[in-house]
Amino acid sequence: MKIVVCVKQVPDISQAKVDPETYTIIRTGVDAVVNPFDLYAVEAALQIKDNLPQTKVTAISMGPPQAEAALKEVISMGVDDAILLSSKHFAGSDTLATSYVLSKAINQIKDVDLIITGRQAIDGDTAQVGPGIAAHLNLPLVTDVNGIVEIKPDELKIKAMTEEGYLYYFLPLPALISIGKGIGEPRMPSLRNKSRARKAIIPVWTPEEIDAEYQKIGLKGSPTQVVKIFTPEVGGEVLFIEGEPPQQAERMVEILGQRHII
Amino acid sequence: MSIKVVIDRCVSCGVCVKECPVAAIAMNEENLPEINLDKCTLCGICIDKCPTGAIVRTHQAQKAQEDYDQYRGIMVVAEREDGEIARVTYELLGKATRLSTHLKQPVTAVHLGPATDQEVRELIASGADRVIIVENEELNIPLVGVRARALHDLVVDELPEIILAGSTSQGRPLLSKLAVKFQTGLTADCTGLDVEMPDRHLLQTRPAWGGSIMATILTAHNRPQMATVRPRVMRRLKPDYNRKGEVIRIKTRPENVEDPVKFIELIKESTSKVRLDNADIIVSGGRGIKSPDNFTLIEKLANLLNGAVGSSRPPVDDGWIDHAHQVGQTGRTVAPKLYVAVGISGAIQHLVGMQSSECIVAINKDQEAPILKVADYAIIGDLFKVVPEMIKALEKRQQ
Ligand SMILES: Cc1cc2nc3c(=O)[nH]c(=O)nc-3n(C[C@H](O)[C@H](O)[C@H](O)COP(=O)(O)OP(=O)(O)OC[C@H]3O[C@@H](n4cnc5c(N)ncnc54)[C@H](O)[C@@H]3O)c2cc1C
Ligand SMILES: Cc1cc2nc3c(=O)[nH]c(=O)nc-3n(C[C@H](O)[C@H](O)[C@H](O)COP(=O)(O)OP(=O)(O)OC[C@H]3O[C@@H](n4cnc5c(N)ncnc54)[C@H](O)[C@@H]3O)c2cc1C
Ligand code: SF4
Ligand code: SF4
Repeated sequence: MKIVVCVKQVPDISQAKVDPETYTIIRTGVDAVVNPFDLYAVEAALQIKDNLPQTKVTAISMGPPQAEAALKEVISMGVDDAILLSSKHFAGSDTLATSYVLSKAINQIKDVDLIITGRQAIDGDTAQVGPGIAAHLNLPLVTDVNGIVEIKPDELKIKAMTEEGYLYYFLPLPALISIGKGIGEPRMPSLRNKSRARKAIIPVWTPEEIDAEYQKIGLKGSPTQVVKIFTPEVGGEVLFIEGEPPQQAERMVEILGQRHII
Repeated sequence: MSIKVVIDRCVSCGVCVKECPVAAIAMNEENLPEINLDKCTLCGICIDKCPTGAIVRTHQAQKAQEDYDQYRGIMVVAEREDGEIARVTYELLGKATRLSTHLKQPVTAVHLGPATDQEVRELIASGADRVIIVENEELNIPLVGVRARALHDLVVDELPEIILAGSTSQGRPLLSKLAVKFQTGLTADCTGLDVEMPDRHLLQTRPAWGGSIMATILTAHNRPQMATVRPRVMRRLKPDYNRKGEVIRIKTRPENVEDPVKFIELIKESTSKVRLDNADIIVSGGRGIKSPDNFTLIEKLANLLNGAVGSSRPPVDDGWIDHAHQVGQTGRTVAPKLYVAVGISGAIQHLVGMQSSECIVAINKDQEAPILKVADYAIIGDLFKVVPEMIKALEKRQQ
């Protein structure tokens, strides 16, 4: 089986800042990590490879040159090879443009049986890129997959999570799935794979290599426009309930009663 | 302005490639010219030189403007949960109704799958001016492909200027697929929506970066404008059963409901009794609870309040309680009337899941804990003393 895993490098949220002029994220000085959900996506791919050893897993990422580090990290987990999609023309892509670029790259890789994305990226947080790729490529799609129950070369039995419970599907390949947690903890890098990752030479593809139309990528290809970024206001004043625990409890219950909450 | 090759008219003579002063045109493997718009200076030489008039200027902005006027009305995509129309649908109708007072256009609820007369009445009472029911039984099956094809056809017929759906496991992938088909923008997980007149732009505000920043986004040049909206944030209207609405029952094309994916079954979550999403009151425990056994304290308090039990992430990670109870970025987003946070510090990943609760009570021994930034009431003290006293006080009140 031929699997492509989409991996996004994301800033470590707790440290990140936004440029107040351009509304873009200042990535310098902030540690970059592999999007946590994408580690689960990689784990899912490797679980399939464990079952069907002739499987080849390729990771792709669209991002700045530094995103190579994310690809090396997933190679050290056991991914076979990786491709970086990097060009100034990709910068500023929204989810429509991002999913277009990734789908063009997947076309270029050819004969892909399964595409795996994370459920969502923790920075953009949209969960739109996976379904977007499926739409561009006209592939069957199941989102929020958290278990691969049966693996056949041309079909998977999968379990997906919704607000109501777990949904089970037979999914014919080729197809796209997005992965949530629950698939199993991402595996640790092995020594052998670590040295493979160190030596790996990761090709960089630009719009030319993937035959992308310039008006469909980057800012030009992005119908959404961020017009303002601000920090959320947090609620008003907090009222401290004073006293010893018995008085605090009585007072609290009294207030909740007065407000008709209880 | 931009420029493009009309493939049907091109005879592959190659004149344009030679004439372009900045070498912006190249023949591709199909021997058709391709214009690299990053190099192109829009000088227009190729347009004049092409013997068949195959190269044309495109007036994107202008064209879009013409198209704009064809797109009218707000479409709300209904969804079902547990056999009934989900609460988020009514919240969306509430919001759509408020937007329509500016846009002066009707609100259309689209229900993919059969719906009862009672349900249709409820949709109209909650703000729908029109209800379109796509009656094919197959639309009840949770297959995003089927729903997307049915909705696609409807959007082509209706040309709404705005499409809204819940930011749920159904709504997000559904609208994502649709946005690609229509090559338009989609804003995820909005917590604020407004319109800007006279441009009729939908101003979409959403949290990103795990809630640490808010962004306002608009789709200026494409239609429809699409957004998914976070459940429990918008207010539903008080139902008005005197409201009148048009009811349209249709069927989608049979080929739309065929899908390569086979749905096998739905296994309801074993812990469905937690149902955090619908609870009016939630009592959540965090790492401060210290051991799984102490969760009985939280349960007891929740029971007395007729509420559900929630949790921050550490108790879930440590296996004290099932993931279905987790509130926050990687758990549920909730907005009950009352949220009691016991022994929870209030990390941003937790706050994003509960900060729109109506009333927040924090029980914590640390008066600097970040949870106090969003709390309405703080009880500073040892939870092992405070919670039993709360239980006592509630028992007394209920006698
Ligand atoms: C504050 C803010 C708000 C935004 N809001 C929107 C919005 O509402 N709508 C919109 O269209 N765009 C929005 N964007 C742009 C959006 O963040 C980017 O398009 C981003 O490239 C992809 O979206 P995401 O991070 O939400 O990914 P998601 O859709 O959440 O990612 C899902 C999965 O897709 C894969 N993936 C995503 N990006 C890549 C990549 N670059 N390389 C490889 N795999 C990838 C990963 O497997 C990932 O787990 C916003 C950006 C900012 C800064
Ligand atoms: C990608 C990512 C996703 C995440 N998703 C989530 C999520 O969905 N939900 C979530 O909750 N977290 C999430 N987290 C984890 C989050 O960052 C915090 O680590 C977590 O919320 C802390 O939980 P806590 O408040 O229970 O524990 P702590 O931060 O350890 O807080 C314990 C609190 O209990 C108080 N306390 C201790 N003993 C007592 C006592 N006897 N009496 C009174 N008070 C006491 C302390 O003062 C402290 O404030 C996520 C993290 C990451 C990186
Ligand atoms: S408009 Fe001018 S620059 Fe652009 S492709 Fe034609 S000849 Fe070249
Ligand atoms: S000159 Fe006109 S007809 Fe000839 S290749 Fe260029 S576009 Fe085609």
